[in-house]
Amino acid sequence: MTYSVRSATVRFGSTVALDDVTVEVPGGSVVAVVGGDGAGKSTLLRALAGELALDAGTVETPPKQRLGYLPASSGSWAALTVTQNIDFVAGIYGLAGDELAARRAELLDRAALTPAAGRLAAQLSGGMRRKLGFIMAIVHRPALLILDEPTTGIDPVSRIDLWRLVSEAAASGTAVLMSTTYLDEAERAAHLVVLDSGRVLVQGSYDRVRASFAGVVTQTGRPVRADWAWRRGRVLHEYWPGGDSSTPANPPAGSTAVAPDLEDIVIALSLARRNTVPS
Amino acid sequence: MTGVLLRAARVTRRFGAFTAVDDVSMQVQPGEVVGLLGANGAGKTTLIRMLLGLIAVTSGRVDLLGGPPDRERRRRLGYVPQGLGLYGDLTVRENLSFSAGAYGTAVPVLPPALAPHADVLVRALPLGAQRQVAFLAALAHSPQVLVLDEPTSGVDALARAALWDTIRAQAEQGAGVLVTTHYMQEAQQCDRLLLMSGGRLVARGSEADIIGSTTAVAVRTEDWARAFAALNAAGAPVMLEGRAIRVADADPAGLAEVLRAAGIEASLQPVPATIEERMLMLSRQARAS
Repeated sequence: MTYSVRSATVRFGSTVALDDVTVEVPGGSVVAVVGGDGAGKSTLLRALAGELALDAGTVETPPKQRLGYLPASSGSWAALTVTQNIDFVAGIYGLAGDELAARRAELLDRAALTPAAGRLAAQLSGGMRRKLGFIMAIVHRPALLILDEPTTGIDPVSRIDLWRLVSEAAASGTAVLMSTTYLDEAERAAHLVVLDSGRVLVQGSYDRVRASFAGVVTQTGRPVRADWAWRRGRVLHEYWPGGDSSTPANPPAGSTAVAPDLEDIVIALSLARRNTVPS
Repeated sequence: MTGVLLRAARVTRRFGAFTAVDDVSMQVQPGEVVGLLGANGAGKTTLIRMLLGLIAVTSGRVDLLGGPPDRERRRRLGYVPQGLGLYGDLTVRENLSFSAGAYGTAVPVLPPALAPHADVLVRALPLGAQRQVAFLAALAHSPQVLVLDEPTSGVDALARAALWDTIRAQAEQGAGVLVTTHYMQEAQQCDRLLLMSGGRLVARGSEADIIGSTTAVAVRTEDWARAFAALNAAGAPVMLEGRAIRVADADPAGLAEVLRAAGIEASLQPVPATIEERMLMLSRQARAS
């Protein structure tokens, strides 16, 4: 089963939060959405979750009881224990008794949260709280799992745990759509979507995104065009899109070209959009 | 100026029977950006708090700008905590006036990107803009030492590059910068790295030095979903990477055995670990011992 938004546009007043966006999320794979503040990540996730109305376009999403959604805010109740949080959400989906006890034990074990089962959510570390949110989103075995920045700001060990949980869901057939600000996570997804100001800059597998990237990235101490350059450690990188007559499109002789990674590609495409689209 | 800006010499800190920082020596010199890595509980925050003079050392010695980290020396220090240390209920301009007042400096001029937000409450700003405000507040008094706790967590690639440009400009003007992080993307921006685990400094140098000989295993197979389930059931720290499977802190022979037993054909290849995987390995070792 593949879930999707097609040609989706969402406006909030005069702001266009999503502008003609098409994203497909097939069962059994992880689709990662990257982009900054205001790029439209949360709006895209909420659109697929059926949480907001589109101004144009279509959504294909499972019925609510087959959907799991972890919002960017914690997603658990601080004054309830870990167990109470899980049981409360499970109750909404009609999960109870032995079936719930078994499912809860299994999920707590896989998330390494069993020792914290009796703890108040307020007393969990950030990483543990996100793992609890994940359990609550997946307790009813949804067909589509939507995770809004599940790993932002958490410690590296919890982050690896969460990736294992996300992978596990996908490996068992769930369609997973997650947003992240970490490009190493996006590289790991089967399909990545780079959003900028509500539009898709590029999408596909990491290999495909790399292969389709046009132009040259050079490494320099002093950029020729400051608004096409960005910081990488001690040096700067500069983007030469090529094939465009409006800017110097090719690097000067003697420049050092680098093999762009996803960080470079995302920045280069964002700059190209800012520098060529009249605002 | 020359000399060491920030130094810990055989520093230990105990809380009761618990040793949070164990015999750590490190230093930060003018013009360099040093990354301090470690998982939660590795001792990074305790070390920073001693370097800043916020808590006392149990043994060893800390020097900030050539002497004990007292109030006078702390005036020449800039600190951006992970929580940013801004007042959400004050506007951008009010926050900057407050911190400028505390340091006795002029209120910094807002860069073009922030100028339209001068009278907006800080809590209403997106995270990337809040981080910029926190940087401005910490840099207004031209500190010689800058301590940053996960400076770019949660911001996008372009905003991250802009923040690093600011950090690098400080270093180029001679400041020494200490950055705590557990993310590869931040670590790669540093001149050199220190890795803490269980209160000790366990590795130092380049990214390659930090990762050392730690490897992960890449598992390639047509039957990835079943392979994933088998390895996961065997308790391996496993994750998907596209359609391949990646296992941290594992021995290829053991994984091959699990897959053989499940009747799955796969190719296994050791690949260099990431910094996160190195930290996972260290924390599993610490838990086991």
